[in-house]
Amino acid sequence: MEELAGRPKSLTEQEFHYCPGCTHGIVHRLVAEVIDELDIQEQTIGIAPVGCAVLAYDYFDLDMLEAAHGRPPAVATGIKRVHPDKVVFTYQGDGDYASIGTAESVHAASRGERITTVFINNAIYGMTGGQMAPTTLEGQKATTAPRGRDTKEAGFPLQMSEMLATLEGAVYVARVSVDTPQRIKQAKEAIKKAFKVQLKGLGYALVEVLSTCPTNWGLSPQQALDWLEDNMIPYYPLGELKSVGEVE
Amino acid sequence: MLVELIIAGFGGQGVMLMGQLLTYAGMKAGREVSWIPSYGPEMRGGTANCTVVLADEEIASPLPTEPNVIVVMNRPSLDKFAEKVKTGGKLFVNSSLVDKEVQRQDIEVIEVPANELALDLGIEKVANMVMLGAVVAKLGVVDLETVIDSLSEVLPAHRHNLLELNKKALQQGRELII
Amino acid sequence: MSDKILMKGNEAIAEAAIRAGCTHFFGYPITPQNELPAYMAEKLPEQGGVFLQAESEVAAINMVYGASAAGARVMTSSSSPGISLKAEGISYIAGAELPCVIVNMVRAGPGLGGIGPSQSDYFQATKGMAHGDFRLAVLAPDSVQEAVDLTRQAFDIADKYRNPVMILGDGVIGQMMEPVEFKEIDSPELPEKDWIVDGAEGRERNIIHSLRLKTEDLTEHNWKLARKYEQMQEDEVRYEEKLMDDAEVAIVAYGTTARVVKTAIKEARAEGIKVGLIRPISLFPFPKKVIKKAAQQVDCFLTVEMSTGQMVEDVRLAVNGERSVAFYGSPGGAVPSPAEILVKLKEVME
Repeated sequence: MEELAGRPKSLTEQEFHYCPGCTHGIVHRLVAEVIDELDIQEQTIGIAPVGCAVLAYDYFDLDMLEAAHGRPPAVATGIKRVHPDKVVFTYQGDGDYASIGTAESVHAASRGERITTVFINNAIYGMTGGQMAPTTLEGQKATTAPRGRDTKEAGFPLQMSEMLATLEGAVYVARVSVDTPQRIKQAKEAIKKAFKVQLKGLGYALVEVLSTCPTNWGLSPQQALDWLEDNMIPYYPLGELKSVGEVE
Repeated sequence: MLVELIIAGFGGQGVMLMGQLLTYAGMKAGREVSWIPSYGPEMRGGTANCTVVLADEEIASPLPTEPNVIVVMNRPSLDKFAEKVKTGGKLFVNSSLVDKEVQRQDIEVIEVPANELALDLGIEKVANMVMLGAVVAKLGVVDLETVIDSLSEVLPAHRHNLLELNKKALQQGRELII
Repeated sequence: MSDKILMKGNEAIAEAAIRAGCTHFFGYPITPQNELPAYMAEKLPEQGGVFLQAESEVAAINMVYGASAAGARVMTSSSSPGISLKAEGISYIAGAELPCVIVNMVRAGPGLGGIGPSQSDYFQATKGMAHGDFRLAVLAPDSVQEAVDLTRQAFDIADKYRNPVMILGDGVIGQMMEPVEFKEIDSPELPEKDWIVDGAEGRERNIIHSLRLKTEDLTEHNWKLARKYEQMQEDEVRYEEKLMDDAEVAIVAYGTTARVVKTAIKEARAEGIKVGLIRPISLFPFPKKVIKKAAQQVDCFLTVEMSTGQMVEDVRLAVNGERSVAFYGSPGGAVPSPAEILVKLKEVME
């Protein structure tokens, strides 16, 4: 009998620890499927962040490394400069990629480092329990913004993809979402392209994935998907922001 | 034999090179040697100096507190260093740029009109080599020929068109002494 | 003429690193170590290696983390404020048990401090420097030649123990030119790097991490690290003793200060004072046995440092109250003079 669906080879047997309704699991699976389809499992090194995905090294069946908070792009740079023929990706949340590690993110992109970043934007700190993220929306509540984000006090949510798309070295920048089956398919295509960009040696590739955090948003999984659609997508519009060079 | 020497001037006069060349020649002559520059913001436009030690035995401190030879290429360096020469030591003064008399009687003062002699050769820039030629001839711890031989190894390749000129300047300085 | 060449400490360390097989260097500008990265930028690419100026010290040490994890011999260099920034990454590197060599050309602190030579980072270097229960091996040369020799050894120690090693110098060691010889040294037998991440082709995958959420795992891991440091204490202690045979006083000093102390001792001996030098070369592991032994012989100790008194605490621990341990310090970026040391020595002997 033909197997129509199964666990991607590039995922381990380990069960995810993520909360019900969290979309990390979906994105892990998409990354693993892409690695399988490109047949690069044995040449790929993944880097886990600090945040909910800190244990990503337990889930990806790859050579994996866990980095300090915000430092994956620098660590990836070190690995890639030793093994330029291998595939290196970072998997990072919004606190990691857009707050404490902003300098590393910007400069890896600016250098056109031949690495791929999968950036999970759920507009909140998950692991530490719902604090305000750099991407928390105006008015959105967090434990450290109990009356909702006040832009006069806390400034404005950071649009990382728009910012990084201005850099020469960032050759592929896309924002996707995983709140509907159709968008999940589109997300996978973008992630695949971001890996192909690296395989072609074109430059830095970033895929920002809008994700849910029902636990810290205080919503049910379904409500969280609706909230993402209604609130995040208007501020963080989906699509390819930049794509330079042919990958096929 | 222990020569503890400071060379001071302003940035651009080539005092670091003077020290390096002497140190290199000392090494070629089989001496124990060390060279330390002043470093940091003071390099930018202000005064610069370096310390050279030439010795027969292993150099303990490379930072002499009472140098027995000091070379000053400009007036601020004279003001700063004239008092530091060890009693019985030697002070070389670039008299082209320093018009102040040295009052100390307990040291030997050697005046070298380095810039003027360099101008005679057609380029003031080699005043440092004129002075070094005089210093080497006076101290007698290293042959001038060894210093000349060291030029091509100490000067970067893109300056090798100036080897002959530097050699002449060193010889010019020596002639002032002998 | 010998095979010696005249080199600045910073450049000589860089050359020694390249000869030791260092292929990758990541750094960020700061005085007084700038000649080291500049030398690497010039030479490493010629040899097929990689020099990269990072956006910060933080990024540089994390690039080191990545390159080491990927199996390369890798180095970074900085000076005090920059080392503070690297501290986070160094903790991760030690926690993940990765080898690398870190050069600190110490300048006087705290804060931005000054750029003069200093030994005020002794605590930082030898006491673990960042969060967590770990140590660096710390080697402190007192000449350019020794800096060259220790750089080679630093890479071997790093690989042998899978632990970061620091070369602790100062502005004088970095800026000074002295004749050096690059001796051909056979590599010691080192463990195979079967733990690297380079894509798990035809083998089990490797994971490099410092996260250990289970207390029993972390407990075991920390004891494992502690055993490494004990092993270093057995095998990696380096020191020099000078004129200690008949010494009634021992001066303990390292690095540039030890050079000045050697002059002071020469002058003291000329006056008939029986004084010797114990110079720790490895600051961690600290040569406590030799100091403990000297305590049976000398009447007292004098520790001289370019700080307000840091290594003196380790000397006192080694002496363990059996003799008095006096201290003389110069904490502002100036090297103490032999005359000052001599005055203090005579005061101590009274």
